[in-house]
Amino acid sequence: MSRRAVITGVGVVAPGGIGTKAYWKLLSEGRTATRNITHFDASPYRSRMAGEADFDPVREGLTPQEIRRLDRAAQFAVVAGREAMSDSGIEFDQLDPGRIGVSLGTAVGCTTSLEREFIVGSDRGKYWEVDQSYAVPHLYDYFTPSSMATELAWTVGAEGPVSVVSTGCTSGLDSVGYAAELIMEGSADVVVTGGTEAPLSPITVVCFDVIRASSTRNDDPTTACRPFDKTRDGLVLGEGCAIIVLEELEHARARGAHIYGEVAGFASRCNAYHMTGLHPEGIEMSDAINIALKQARADATDVGYINAHGSGTKQNDLHETAAFKRSLGAHAYKTPVSGFKSMIGHSLGAIGSLEIVGSLLAFEQDLIPPTANLHEQDPECDLDYTPLVAREKKVDTLLTVGSGFGGFQSAMVLKKVEGAGR
Amino acid sequence: MTRAVVTGIGIASPNGLGPTAYWRATLHGEAAIKPITRFDSANYWAKIAGEVPGFEAGRHLQGRLLPQTDHMTRLTLVGTDWALRGAGVQPNDIPDTDIAVITAATAGGYEFGQRELQKLWHQGPEYVSAYQSFAWFYAVNTGQISIRHGTRGPGAVVVSEQAGGIDSIGHARRQLRKGVQLALTGGMDSSLCPWAWVAHQASGCLSRNNNPKRAYLPFDRDASGYVAGEGGAIMVVETPESAAGRPGTRIYGEIVGYASTFDSKMPSREPGLKRAAELALRDAGMDASEIDVVFADAAGIPELDKAEAEAIKGIFGPFGVPVTAPKTMTGRLFAGGGSLDVASAILSIYWSAIPPTINVENLVPEYEIDLVMNEARHGKIKAALVLGRGKGGFNSAMVVREYR
Repeated sequence: MSRRAVITGVGVVAPGGIGTKAYWKLLSEGRTATRNITHFDASPYRSRMAGEADFDPVREGLTPQEIRRLDRAAQFAVVAGREAMSDSGIEFDQLDPGRIGVSLGTAVGCTTSLEREFIVGSDRGKYWEVDQSYAVPHLYDYFTPSSMATELAWTVGAEGPVSVVSTGCTSGLDSVGYAAELIMEGSADVVVTGGTEAPLSPITVVCFDVIRASSTRNDDPTTACRPFDKTRDGLVLGEGCAIIVLEELEHARARGAHIYGEVAGFASRCNAYHMTGLHPEGIEMSDAINIALKQARADATDVGYINAHGSGTKQNDLHETAAFKRSLGAHAYKTPVSGFKSMIGHSLGAIGSLEIVGSLLAFEQDLIPPTANLHEQDPECDLDYTPLVAREKKVDTLLTVGSGFGGFQSAMVLKKVEGAGR
Repeated sequence: MTRAVVTGIGIASPNGLGPTAYWRATLHGEAAIKPITRFDSANYWAKIAGEVPGFEAGRHLQGRLLPQTDHMTRLTLVGTDWALRGAGVQPNDIPDTDIAVITAATAGGYEFGQRELQKLWHQGPEYVSAYQSFAWFYAVNTGQISIRHGTRGPGAVVVSEQAGGIDSIGHARRQLRKGVQLALTGGMDSSLCPWAWVAHQASGCLSRNNNPKRAYLPFDRDASGYVAGEGGAIMVVETPESAAGRPGTRIYGEIVGYASTFDSKMPSREPGLKRAAELALRDAGMDASEIDVVFADAAGIPELDKAEAEAIKGIFGPFGVPVTAPKTMTGRLFAGGGSLDVASAILSIYWSAIPPTINVENLVPEYEIDLVMNEARHGKIKAALVLGRGKGGFNSAMVVREYR
């Protein structure tokens, strides 16, 4: 009897609101939460917008020591982790800790803290030899992102397999795919997974500025991210976190758990093409989709919804549109597609998990969130991108994809589970 | 179950480049921990490291790659070239979608990153390199390997501090089980720049002793922390059927068991290292009595050494198995350390010899472990257990065996 991995708990920190409810309200209403950057003075930079989370660690219940110790991304993970634990209904302290794992995605880890400490230690870049006397005690935790997996593992009491999966902008999908593999192979019964990212600091903004990947629509930040629209001019950064409790199906059924859906198929592919560029044919993303569908024992025609990468760059729009058509054929034209980054920005290693959670909520509500800011569809993108307004539709099988620097292309198939409670 | 064999090993270690030079140096106990030369260490209290000497990236890599890569990526790319050459893999031998790339990371390209941060804050945003976006992030090595060799199979990067080098190989084996033929896997790490060095010092794990012979002394009464180093190993791991497709391919050994666990924060709970080792043995379907040598994590921190000795004693009994830590020659290589230990274990089996642990003079007698000190031990090695731990609670174990 093969083991299956199902989702029984979710937790979210996102632009527009903390918690799953606020997140779904934003998505379902098609509102946007991108704005001019307030976290720091962004005036020297080309792109000065982001999807910022209004996150107050004190209000979210973190202790003074947690707030001092943890990078903002790790704070997100702890807060969203607690929501997901509670949502799952699992009594974590009643489980065998050795059967609980953690797999956390992040692309740039604790960059914000690292940059802040660099500025002090180097006195604003004056000295190559960073001054050791200004090192903060938790500097090494910022140095390596696995410290965030440690924090989440402590939060849930995991003593099974724990790690960070860091594959750039597909981390949030790949970490959940990794978690599903741990459950299917029998290494764990419950894996707390997802992605977290708080990348809004000057060095990250500049990274996207210098390669002109980000939008310059600074005068109109709420509509700046426009995937599949012919006026699009680049991505808008974001921050956030989604944590997911993934559980072995029989384990979940035995306790009568509410099941959001099953991670029925997952695949990642390297494109072997370019560290930041995408080939317009979308072959590798299409390969990933095909493998994920096959693993899920689903046909292309079973797919009722595609959650797109939708970053807001032309090369991405053409790339994934081609991939969807390549994999789904004529059915691609009948399948609603939408992109959440239009509403919450691109939170790098977290976004894949935020997209999984939003898609699961679409399952629950029989409602597909739209692509915001899509007024003038690019004629080269000729699928149904669900513009502006959410659409009622009952979906049993959906596809979510991601694409990232380094050439990573990932696809996941989520399916509803029979007799899933609630 | 799909089997996983090692057919190519690319090594960049402080005491040797390539498996032959590395193995010769390691069997002779050649120390490579020395005063830092990569930056001026005068203003730092830790002044020694294991640096990879004589590595000239420009001799191995095209000029266009140099401005877009950190030192650790250059080591990785060259190591991967060597591993593929050793395995005799030619382009088009294996379908490009049947090759996975799974690496481990601890730091990103931090020397590159420090340079760009300095430009940003000292000169201005317009001076930052267009390559910064990917040159310093944790996924860079997998992406660059895939591009260099045209591999279009699965790609991943795992980060579990110093246990990650083992985890990456475990995940590579998973990919073989899911159907790919061959995986390029392991880790190479380097973070020898002032910014990273200050972070290393803050970890609380570096030794404050700057005498290269007395700084990193695992299981010794005078253990006082470890020494940081750079380098690691990238390996070609494939199915025996895939290797058989290239007649004459040398099979060094087989990866037969893997597991990872995590330490609870609660002091009442037992550390997870022993459980990881037991699970890896169970995964291999082997009994402890079949293990001929343990490559220890060898933290060099008294409480961690004690915990590891207890785990080893708990499984093998007092003085029940030879234990060694060749990393005493190189320092700890972070994401590269676990994969270099797995490579060493494989070479141990292939060459029938256990490399020594150096510098340890006063082994703590209560540990009751048979530490292979100073001189290599020669004799048939059929199977080895490799242990690794990462700061924060990560434990990983891998069992390797002669291929038959």
